Amino acid sequence: MDIAFIAQIFPKLLAGLPLTLLLAVLSLLGGGLIALGLSGLRASSWIGARVADFYVYIFRGTPLLIQIFLIYYGLAQFPAVRHSVLWPLLREPYVCAVLALMLNDGAYTSEILRGGLRAVSTGAIEAARVSGMTRLTMLRRIVLPLAFRQALPAYGAEITSMVKATSLASVVTLMEITGIARAEVSETYRAIEIFLCAAAIYLVLVTVIARAVDWLEQHLSPYRRPTGARSLA
Amino acid sequence: MTITRSDFLKLGLGAAAGLALGAAPRSAAAKEWKVIRVATEGAFPPYNMHAPDGRLIGLEPELLQELSTRMGVKCEMIAQAWDGMIAGLTDGKYDAIMDAVSITPKREEVIAFSRPYASAGSGFAIMKEGSIKSLPGTGAPRVPFADEAAAKKAIEELAKPLAGKTVAVQVATIQNDVLNRYFKDILTIRTYPSGPDTFLDLKSGRVDAVMASQINIQATAKKSNGEMIQAGYLFTGGLLGVGSAIGLRKGDPELKEMFDKALKAVIDDGTLKKLALKWFEMDITPAS
Repeated sequence: MDIAFIAQIFPKLLAGLPLTLLLAVLSLLGGGLIALGLSGLRASSWIGARVADFYVYIFRGTPLLIQIFLIYYGLAQFPAVRHSVLWPLLREPYVCAVLALMLNDGAYTSEILRGGLRAVSTGAIEAARVSGMTRLTMLRRIVLPLAFRQALPAYGAEITSMVKATSLASVVTLMEITGIARAEVSETYRAIEIFLCAAAIYLVLVTVIARAVDWLEQHLSPYRRPTGARSLA
Repeated sequence: MTITRSDFLKLGLGAAAGLALGAAPRSAAAKEWKVIRVATEGAFPPYNMHAPDGRLIGLEPELLQELSTRMGVKCEMIAQAWDGMIAGLTDGKYDAIMDAVSITPKREEVIAFSRPYASAGSGFAIMKEGSIKSLPGTGAPRVPFADEAAAKKAIEELAKPLAGKTVAVQVATIQNDVLNRYFKDILTIRTYPSGPDTFLDLKSGRVDAVMASQINIQATAKKSNGEMIQAGYLFTGGLLGVGSAIGLRKGDPELKEMFDKALKAVIDDGTLKKLALKWFEMDITPAS
């Protein structure tokens, strides 16, 4: 393996890091909002619950790559879309990629959130009700914090999988880490070195995120710590 | 029997060794060619494309058939994405590539080439009703990069209407090199993994022009009902190379000899010209 070549390729790949991070952050934020919306819809009525189920069914049941293709190349086929007010946005590969990632993430996150909400024990809810909390206070002080804590490990996995999923944005011309790697491979024909470097960057990213989520989980679970440690904390 | 950790280790090592052996180049064994595996993209009309029923058709599949008969060796054509195609050749996944691959000095560092079988110019495609209505130099004789004064003048003329626009090009192609060298500062270059996607985005208006091989543009324009046209100067030579040839591994000189001989035969007896007229509607036969 050629160390000089690797030293030269790393900064080139790192130039794609900001775009990778931005794609991940925006799609996680958007996906989180969609997930909250879906949860609200699910709680609202029987019909709302069916609609939310259908959304999750569609976006979890089809490959993300195809969703990206459909949004990027598919929508552009319709003259109505090309002449709409949204076209200046949908024209950009960046917007299409974020949109696809966001819609996909929303489906997964809403399921994670549902699992977290279900895991809140009825005892806790009863206790809150008995002490006279209103529905909203109960939601804010008891249900959501507990649900969030329960859902955290699964949501951590979702964050890392979204960071990796941003690599698919390279198929719609976005030059994030994978896009740059692919272009460099077809320039230099040195697939092993370049893709290993790209993989290493993702690995570091994912490790950092996993550690942060672990820390947060520890922090939010004081009851799990030994008594001595708790008094110190 | 109890299974221990070291059993797993042995199993893993055995599997790794097996993989390593399997991946070793098999060139040492077979110098006598019985089957030649040739990779193509299947998405570069009219050089090569997929028929609706999945067969590979186009100039190159038919030319390969002719070459196969003349060499007396069976040739198999397989479809493979362009990015990574040259790496796949050097790794030994197949023995040759035929995908309108232009001979360039950069590629010659890595692989060997047969003699060229097609030489065409490169230029721009635009939409008739698009953001760029016309480009200077349409229909003019091709501009060779060797003629520096003429090339400079043509690039300067093109720079005006193209300034600030977005031009699509397939990644790691000679056209990509030309854009990077001569147009990088005045326009936005957007690179695509596959050629047809560039035209798709030209049609939808995401990009203002496409740079590609003249033959590629003509084939796509023909299918567009006159909506898409080839426009502006066409360039040859220089970064664009001396034509398209069959890409081969450097370690297979006897294969190059076989292909060169067969290519000379199809050029000399007019078979290549016949195929070119059938698929390109023009003669792109290089000098014999």
